[in-house]
Amino acid sequence: MAERDKYQGGVPAWCPGCGNFAILRAFKEALAEENIEPGEFCIVSGIGQAGKFPHYVRCNTFNGLHGRSLPVATGIKLANHDMLVMAVGGDGDMYGEGGNHLMHAMRRNIGIKVFVHDNQIYGLTKGQASPTSMEGMVTKVQPFGVFSGQFNPMAMAVSLDCGFVARGYAGDHEHLKGLIRQAIRHPGFSLVDILQPCVSFNKVNTYEWYAQRVYDVGDGHDPTDRGRSFVKALEWGDRIPIGIIYRNDRRSFESRIPVLNKGTLIDHVIDWETLKKKLAETLHEFY
Amino acid sequence: MDYSIKIGGEAGQGIQTIGDVLARVFARSGYHVFTDQEYQSRIRGGHNFYRIRLSDVPVRAPKRQPDILIALDRASIALHMPEMRDEGIIVYDPDMLKQQFDGPSFLDIPFLTLATETGAGRIAANTVATGAVLGMLGFALEQLFDIMDIILRKKDEDIRKRNRLAAQAGRDHAVASCKRCSFTLKAAGPPKMLLGGNEAIGLGTLAGGCRFYSAYPMTPSTGIMIYVGTKAHEYGVVVEQAEDEIAAINMALGASYAGVRSMTGTSGGGFALMAEGLSLAAMTETPVVIALAQRPGPATGLPTGTEQADLFFALHSGHGEFPRIIFAPGDPEQAIRLTAKAFDLTQKYQVPAIIMTDQYLADTQWTFDRISLDGIPMRDYRADAGEVDRLDEYMRHAFTESGISPFAVPGKTRHVVVTDSDEHTEAGHIIEDAGIRTRMVEKRLFRKMGSIRAEMAPPAYFGPPAPGTVLISWGSTYGIVREAAEELAANRVGMLHFSEIYPLPGNDAFDYAGLLNGAARTICIENNATSQFARLLEAETGHRVTDRVTRYDGRPWVLEELLEELRGRT
Ligand SMILES: Cc1ncc(C[n+]2csc(CCOP(=O)(O)OP(=O)(O)O)c2C)c(N)n1
Ligand code: SF4
Ligand SMILES: [Mg+2]
Repeated sequence: MAERDKYQGGVPAWCPGCGNFAILRAFKEALAEENIEPGEFCIVSGIGQAGKFPHYVRCNTFNGLHGRSLPVATGIKLANHDMLVMAVGGDGDMYGEGGNHLMHAMRRNIGIKVFVHDNQIYGLTKGQASPTSMEGMVTKVQPFGVFSGQFNPMAMAVSLDCGFVARGYAGDHEHLKGLIRQAIRHPGFSLVDILQPCVSFNKVNTYEWYAQRVYDVGDGHDPTDRGRSFVKALEWGDRIPIGIIYRNDRRSFESRIPVLNKGTLIDHVIDWETLKKKLAETLHEFY
Repeated sequence: MDYSIKIGGEAGQGIQTIGDVLARVFARSGYHVFTDQEYQSRIRGGHNFYRIRLSDVPVRAPKRQPDILIALDRASIALHMPEMRDEGIIVYDPDMLKQQFDGPSFLDIPFLTLATETGAGRIAANTVATGAVLGMLGFALEQLFDIMDIILRKKDEDIRKRNRLAAQAGRDHAVASCKRCSFTLKAAGPPKMLLGGNEAIGLGTLAGGCRFYSAYPMTPSTGIMIYVGTKAHEYGVVVEQAEDEIAAINMALGASYAGVRSMTGTSGGGFALMAEGLSLAAMTETPVVIALAQRPGPATGLPTGTEQADLFFALHSGHGEFPRIIFAPGDPEQAIRLTAKAFDLTQKYQVPAIIMTDQYLADTQWTFDRISLDGIPMRDYRADAGEVDRLDEYMRHAFTESGISPFAVPGKTRHVVVTDSDEHTEAGHIIEDAGIRTRMVEKRLFRKMGSIRAEMAPPAYFGPPAPGTVLISWGSTYGIVREAAEELAANRVGMLHFSEIYPLPGNDAFDYAGLLNGAARTICIENNATSQFARLLEAETGHRVTDRVTRYDGRPWVLEELLEELRGRT
């Protein structure tokens, strides 16, 4: 039995050939290599093809609403900061419907690991443009092509001083697995944007298209240099960088909350008798 | 005895501080006190007022006619002079108002000059005014000095002393120059508690064992977050100001799923943003308490006004069909109990619970001799980790007789805890199967509903055994309707107050439907335009009220106004 079998979940309802399968495999292998047991982590997801991900992994799961995985993950992390909390979603889910939450989760630098299956399209709703669709992409809803500029998650993340910013590619298994492992180990907020071919609806950004363009930033790039990282984050076109674009060592949000220094909230057992005494004292303040 | 004091001025002039301090002095001196406020959505300017009623018998609502008006701006005189009692006194500083008023009802006190002369500076003008009012009422200043010491605890002794001198100067001036002052108030008894509506919800939150409160500021709910925030460290609560209300409810649900008691609070606009999250709470059977502090809508409405127009919204908010619990406390004591009860029931049944208040209740203060915590339910409903471990398989949404599935804490057992906003299997995984869907609806909705209804306490009834007329109130109109019913007692008038709104309690413990059906007149009094509660009552009990009294100008009733509305109807 392969190590990753302990994470065996349900049978994926994705299209054959979908880039999500490769992400699922890399993810399970990364967890196995990090020796994390199924009960020790939690995946929060929204709605979309990527949102189904935790059903295919044996793990604590909160599959919530479209776009809302980050606030749920924030609540879980604050309730139990010893738990490894991850969020998985599509580009529509994280960058469209949930964009506001992403921005603020980065500001908080809360220790959540976010994996975005970025297929540059709305898969589950059958092929409308997403925030990361390239200008000019034609869909049934955008028959004259996409007019809006392409959202750049890497540049936004660097500009918000996000703790860990990386891009992976579903077609580069070892590289992706390595990124997932590093993202998991990062103590603050991690964003990994994963280029994921959607074979059914995205006829522009195909396996071939990505394969011709992606390159590993390699050792030549210093991800702690924010200025250079920003320049790196702006690259998109003939050459698309993958790897760790930027990282810093900002303190995590949860480590700054004094109440949590005494341990996780779920371990603060409520002693009702003590609570009652304390309340009686508090009521006294109103005389 | 029954006196009313009104303090009027612009936003930023400190009328709330004067009002709070006076109310506290009266409460500590053993009087029954009731305060309420009307303010505008601005930080400076405009016109606001603060109303205090004090008596030697319980008071639960405002009255129209002030005995004393403290005018910090000219608008106070124009607006409130016409409503003064005949012998009423208007106390003001001609320098501050840049105008001299003549007439027997005016008492000129140079707040600014006295404040400067004592060395406390112009900023202490309000302290002079406070001292003056206490002088007019024949009060000694010891209580005031104690309270000022608390407020000024961070200042040095010299500043505290000058402020005491300022208060004393105001008192002396009033005693020497007030011809009309015939009040002689002595301490009436042991000190009473003075407690506000939002603080009470905050206390109920703590009593309910809340460990996580996430919210986005919105009047009139913000005071709850502020109060819980000030107690967060002491009680071990994480309070997070979310980026929006959608985040607020989703954070609360995340924390709750992870195993801690959580809550959010907002007003109508924010609650609208929470609607999908409310539905998520229902689908994932994740406990959550939501405080919905109403203000007049639609949309931004009157941001600082009051209204009870969101009852149907709370009842029907969220897509799909699911049970919910709705409470609407009528005073701060009920607010503590019902908020704690909401925590208990949301945990027990894993359905969302909503506490409805409004700007009026949020910003009123009431006195109590003491508040007992006896009988507040304090139980842990989370499944024991050891027991969960002994199961061969753990299923978050397992079918049970009661509809309630064991609530395991993720990470604390060898099993995984899985839930989904999609329709799901007992194990929490996404499905589209018709048979499971049907059983899940039955589990979430029908199996739980009967037991939840049995938890609801019947309405409170005050009045004769067989009333000719019953006044009906819900939520924040409790105090005013109770006072009205007392005034009309000679006409065989009784009153019902509903604070446990949904599901409406059954008739077993108290046949309130029978009481209503037996009365010649039943009058439902609501701070909204369409008598929403009367319609709920009819839908649930079949009783159709004979009269509907409504108000929707964004203001609460004062006693005289409500009695006027009821004239000829009882
Ligand atoms: C509030 C809400 N709006 C819209 C939808 C419909 N919807 C479901 S998934 C989705 C977009 C999916 O795109 P993406 O997040 O990129 O995920 P993908 O399917 O491509 O993995 C939409 C619009 C929804 N479920 N909820
Ligand atoms: S529609 Fe696209 S993203 Fe969705 S499963 Fe099929 S290939 Fe994958
Ligand atoms: Mg997508």
